[in-house]
Amino acid sequence: MSSLSFDIAHLLAGGLVLVSFLELYQDRLLALINIFATHAVVLALSVAWQADIQHAPHLYITALIALLFKAIAIPVALRRIVVKLSIHREIETVVGVGFTMLFGIGLVALSMVVMLRVTPGADPLAREDLAFSLSVVLLGLLMMVTRRNAVSQVIGFMSLENGLVLAATGAKGMPLVVEISIAFSVLIAFIVIGIFLFRIRERFDTVDMQALDRFRGERR
Amino acid sequence: MTVIYALYGIAALLLLAPVVALLGGLPRISDILYGSVLVVAAALCAFGLNGLLLPAQSSTVVLPLGLPWLGAHFHVDALSSFFIVVVNLGGVTASLFALGYGRHESEPRRVLPFYPAYLAGMNLVLLANDAFSFLVSWEFMSLTSWALVIAHHREPGTLRAGYVYLLMAGFGTLALLLAFGLLAGPAGHYDFDSMHNAHLTVGLAALVLVLALIGTGSKAGLVPLHVWLPLAHPAAPSHVSGLMSGVMTKVAIYGFIRIVFDLLGTPDWWWSLPILGLGGITATLGVLYALMQNDLKRVLAYSTIENIGIIFAALGLALAFKAEDMPTAAALAFTAGLFHVFNHSLFKSLLFFGAGAVLTTTNTRDIEQLGGLIHRMPQTALAFLIGCAAISALPPFNGFVSEWLVFQAILQSPQVASWGLKLIVPAVGALLALSAALAATCFVRAFGISFLGRARTAAASNAEEVDVSSLAAMYVLAALCLMAGTIPGLFIDTLAPISHALVGSMMPHQTGLEWLTIVPIAESRSSYNGLLVFVFVTLSGSIGAFAIHRLASDRLRRGPAWDCGYPDASPATQYTASGFAQPIRRVFGASIFQARETSVMPGPGSIAPATLAVSLRDPIWDSIFTPVASFVSFIADRLNILQFLTIRRYLSLVMAALVLLLLMLAIWP
Repeated sequence: MSSLSFDIAHLLAGGLVLVSFLELYQDRLLALINIFATHAVVLALSVAWQADIQHAPHLYITALIALLFKAIAIPVALRRIVVKLSIHREIETVVGVGFTMLFGIGLVALSMVVMLRVTPGADPLAREDLAFSLSVVLLGLLMMVTRRNAVSQVIGFMSLENGLVLAATGAKGMPLVVEISIAFSVLIAFIVIGIFLFRIRERFDTVDMQALDRFRGERR
Repeated sequence: MTVIYALYGIAALLLLAPVVALLGGLPRISDILYGSVLVVAAALCAFGLNGLLLPAQSSTVVLPLGLPWLGAHFHVDALSSFFIVVVNLGGVTASLFALGYGRHESEPRRVLPFYPAYLAGMNLVLLANDAFSFLVSWEFMSLTSWALVIAHHREPGTLRAGYVYLLMAGFGTLALLLAFGLLAGPAGHYDFDSMHNAHLTVGLAALVLVLALIGTGSKAGLVPLHVWLPLAHPAAPSHVSGLMSGVMTKVAIYGFIRIVFDLLGTPDWWWSLPILGLGGITATLGVLYALMQNDLKRVLAYSTIENIGIIFAALGLALAFKAEDMPTAAALAFTAGLFHVFNHSLFKSLLFFGAGAVLTTTNTRDIEQLGGLIHRMPQTALAFLIGCAAISALPPFNGFVSEWLVFQAILQSPQVASWGLKLIVPAVGALLALSAALAATCFVRAFGISFLGRARTAAASNAEEVDVSSLAAMYVLAALCLMAGTIPGLFIDTLAPISHALVGSMMPHQTGLEWLTIVPIAESRSSYNGLLVFVFVTLSGSIGAFAIHRLASDRLRRGPAWDCGYPDASPATQYTASGFAQPIRRVFGASIFQARETSVMPGPGSIAPATLAVSLRDPIWDSIFTPVASFVSFIADRLNILQFLTIRRYLSLVMAALVLLLLMLAIWP
């Protein structure tokens, strides 16, 4: 493998982590959706590059799925939901953005340390990919934990799943059927979550999860 | 004959289950079902006999079921053939019994579909040749028998019995799962053929032994894992109780033999210590429990525990002798254990069927409510008496032969090299001797109180003889008990290939000896001739009876029975079951069961009745299960708060756990 193709793969995967940080930082919903679309585009590029250097044509299909669904269909749908629910307002986070970013950096460092330690014998490209994808997964999880708005939790979930796809393509020999089924399940999850969003909104006039907590009688 | 034929039989049983579930409403469906199960079980039994008598033909089949990279391996060899015979003989007689007994079933649709499935599950366990199929069949067997246990769920106590059974079954399977995991090793070879070649380190082998003892012991009823057995076995319909007690515990023994004798490789002498110790304790405690009970089926269930103890003690001896390089003694102990497996399946099924017959006609299992049944149900009484004599190890019946062989094996212990065994084996022998004597007491009590004397209640005095097929089932078993007792040499020789395969040696050939004598080691040491004993007992008994009737009076007189000198007093003045057990309760129960008797004597002039109340405590429940249960419920109470978190907190918990694990991975050297 030439060092250039390695560098490009490295760059794209690192770009995904960077966009994850952008997501963590962004606190306006519409902008967040845009960043998520960017996230998916970078993912699609990364997967397509993997397809090229691994000579695995089926990965192009994965890239295409990522591009069509995650970079176009889902952001468009989310945008329509947000407009329809008229919640373009600023979103609040639980802990301060600065603290969240610091924690995110810690998570990235952690995943680097772990992944580089446990895969000493593996292909360097796969190692880097795994480390970056674990970071993306952890950052997605962090996003779900720190955000209170249902829409941004959905975006956290979707970007977490992007990390999984990155890991799957980095490992050679991942069957296509698994990727298609993952993509499909994410789509289903999106539909279900979308329906729930509307139902929650209908019932509580908000998609702030705190309303749900109050409804369940949680004490704060 | 290849294993595929047995699988056809099992498939037929499995097909019967949904068919019966769909057609459950038809009239006479129970006759049709039990009839077809009888035929299939007879065919499977013939298959097992064929495999046992022509042992060279072991065969393997791999079906594309189960785990994709493993498949479902099925295999039949001499050991599984023997247990197939035991299981399906039980299946045949239970189906025959149920042809009559099943008509009294109040809710047949809760019993019928599970019955063939249960039988199929037990057969599958015996054929499985990889850990996955074994565990799946094992769980299938547990679940179907659980469904049968809770069939009469409206009776008090049944649901609790089912709950305890389900817990213990799950726990046992968990232990087996871990044992197989260790045997499979890091490479994960889950088929038994690869496990043979796994050479475990000493510590791992000991761990597998303990796990196998827990896993199979909890199903077989080894103390202290026996607590579910006396609850669950009596709760099921009687033919199923017979199967559970007589047969399913044997499937557990099969699992133990398969893991410890077959898969685990060459034994060390200390492996036998826990098995011997637990076997001896189980035998003694089981029969002591049985003596304290007044529920007929529960007496039988506790007596099953006793017999399981004897079998485990014999297997422990076999393991010890095998490790000490004493092949003849090992073969003797192993054959004795297997022979007792067969014998116990015969007489325990017989006794449960007898109890079922009594239960159908009197609607009670409490022996204090019975009495005098020998006049109302003479046929059942005779069969039950034969069962009692066999289980009490009286010659010329089969129980004597196998227990005698066990004691012959124990007498070999002075030749053992290691001092640990030299000391513990005679102690176990003493425990077994004690339990044999107590078992006789127990069955004198069970038979005497329920069948002899005068009827204590209206239900007992109006009892009627059961139907022909139930009687036929009991008499088939009684005849087999007598047969195995009088020509044991034939049975011992049939078991020889198994002992050759698993302990590497066999007992001397028995069938060629004169007068059907059996000689376990050498004629100068010991020999037994069941046929002569039988002929002697029959002749002397007949001559005695003839002489009495001829010389004394040929007129049949019926006098008051057990009237204790008060001819017209109420039946309540007879010896009671509790009264009969009182000496034993005072000697052993006071320390083991903390038996306390509180008697209240009314003062002079008072017309209140004197009362005697006995309180017993179960030491196993008190010392093990109650603390564990309260600990679990304490933890559950503490963790209950986790049921009511918000989504974000759940996510945070997941993330915290993930980060923590990753941190451990990063920091771990």
